[in-house]
Amino acid sequence: MAALKDNKPKENLSSNNTIGTQYIFVALILLLCTLLFGILGALQYVIPGLFRNNFSFEKVRPLHVSSAVFWILLSACGIVNYYLASIKGKLWSNKLYKWQWYLLIIAIILILSSYILGIFGGREYWEFHPVLAVPIIIAWILFIINVFKSINGFRNQPVYIWMWMTGVVFFLFTFLESYLWLIPAFRANVVKDMTIQWKSYGSMVGGWNMLIYGSSIYLLDKISGTEKYSYSRIAFVIYFLGLFNLMFNWGHHIYTLPIPKYIQYISYAVSMTELFLLGRIIYYWKTSINTAKKHYHILSYRFLIAADVWIFLTLLLAIAMSIPAINIYTHGTHITVAHTMGATIGINSFLLLSFVFDMFNTHNQKIIHKITIGLYITLAALFVFWISLIIAGVIKANWQMHNYTSIPFSVMMHTLHPYFISFLIAGIVASIGIFIIVFTLFSYNIKQKS
Amino acid sequence: MADKIKVLVILCLLILFLSYSFYLYKLNYSSVHSATTLADKGKILWQTKNCGACHQIYGLGGYLGPDLTNIYSSKGDEHIKAFLHAGTDIMPTFNLSDSEVTEIVAYLKSIDATGVAAPSKLKIKQDGSIER
Repeated sequence: MAALKDNKPKENLSSNNTIGTQYIFVALILLLCTLLFGILGALQYVIPGLFRNNFSFEKVRPLHVSSAVFWILLSACGIVNYYLASIKGKLWSNKLYKWQWYLLIIAIILILSSYILGIFGGREYWEFHPVLAVPIIIAWILFIINVFKSINGFRNQPVYIWMWMTGVVFFLFTFLESYLWLIPAFRANVVKDMTIQWKSYGSMVGGWNMLIYGSSIYLLDKISGTEKYSYSRIAFVIYFLGLFNLMFNWGHHIYTLPIPKYIQYISYAVSMTELFLLGRIIYYWKTSINTAKKHYHILSYRFLIAADVWIFLTLLLAIAMSIPAINIYTHGTHITVAHTMGATIGINSFLLLSFVFDMFNTHNQKIIHKITIGLYITLAALFVFWISLIIAGVIKANWQMHNYTSIPFSVMMHTLHPYFISFLIAGIVASIGIFIIVFTLFSYNIKQKS
Repeated sequence: MADKIKVLVILCLLILFLSYSFYLYKLNYSSVHSATTLADKGKILWQTKNCGACHQIYGLGGYLGPDLTNIYSSKGDEHIKAFLHAGTDIMPTFNLSDSEVTEIVAYLKSIDATGVAAPSKLKIKQDGSIER
């Protein structure tokens, strides 16, 4: 019972606990960079050849993707550090925490600068030169040490603590695994290389999701004022199911490669267990949090509900894409992009923003009103954005299944043009919504400090 | 749920995961070809120029340009060389030397030899799986 008491959220610490705040502020700037580079990339779909000579797509895409990945990673690190400090009173080592921060910031600045200069060497998601992975690896090892030492033991821990421990370890493992291509024997065989690459990426996303979903369970405990769920059998069953999916549900990325058939069957079978998660989301659609508590944490609550809607939509799409017979239609089309955008913006970003508003909880009605407007604008635009990508994907799927030999690629791309325009406009509107949220938060905090 | 059960479940999952991972690392993938030294140089160059930002291999990569898995057998090396030297209205000219162009072509040739990427060539089975 002592451990249970130790883990109880100490709400009054929120105002004094500054751990993680610098992570969150830089992460929010990276979120704005993601949107800016995303718009520049979408513009190149609408106006082909735009910025061809100076800032072409091979630079803009990694800037967009890496900014998004670092927004997620940096804020996830910040929030886990912050919540751990809230639970335990302090982190095991402030020195490790600071070194983790310096290493990550140095790596991010060097990586984004190298993209602008046109220096690459990696591949999708981690396009930077492999040398720049070294500070990330060291920073992550420091993070693992600090997390495990701060938690100090496995006995009677709530589910979110297990999720954080699993998440930090699996991220490092899969990040290292994604660099096996540096060994010539691995990269000599294209199919093997791609299999390992997408195996690692599939599990890596599961790794950082463990950090984010674990934090959301902690936040739900905090809002509801009870830890009953975090210690329940169902919470651990779902955690194990998530871990099982993290380990084995990555094959849908590579169904169309000439790989042994059992890889397809394993992933296909494992992905169907996600139906249980989907069923549970529908069943618990309306939570039992009472009105007073909702109002005390109103912004966090609204972002959690927004994420919940997107978990439902994205999981529905993910399950469909995990069926090989459907996957051959969606693979290599914008439906995959729709799925990624739903997961990164709709789920990860809304959950991360719900944590941010837990850190910087305000009861100023004017601020709450402004941020809620920003959220509603983003939600509406994101839905249009998502639908545009799905329609573009369906048209491309029809082309690659039936007409790819008779209709040239450029002609097919031309037919997608109206949907590229709508996804650009929706992207700009969603960016305005997120800008309102971030700008309101920044200006409020500056005023508070001054 | 008892702590012992939690640790046991995680250990079992971990053993399964590591066994599967190392099995895949060691797997021979015997039906596909290994790249030559020239093709390996081409692969590194492909990454250095970040070609994957716009192009796909087996449907994986960016969507601004076409999938290039089977471009070697469908268009031939001269066609590829011409594109690499001149660029297009959308693709920049990367100022590649002749030897670099040869390396990229060798890489694309090695990919082409591994199989057919077009999803329409795959057969859908009754149980929802697919096969070549």
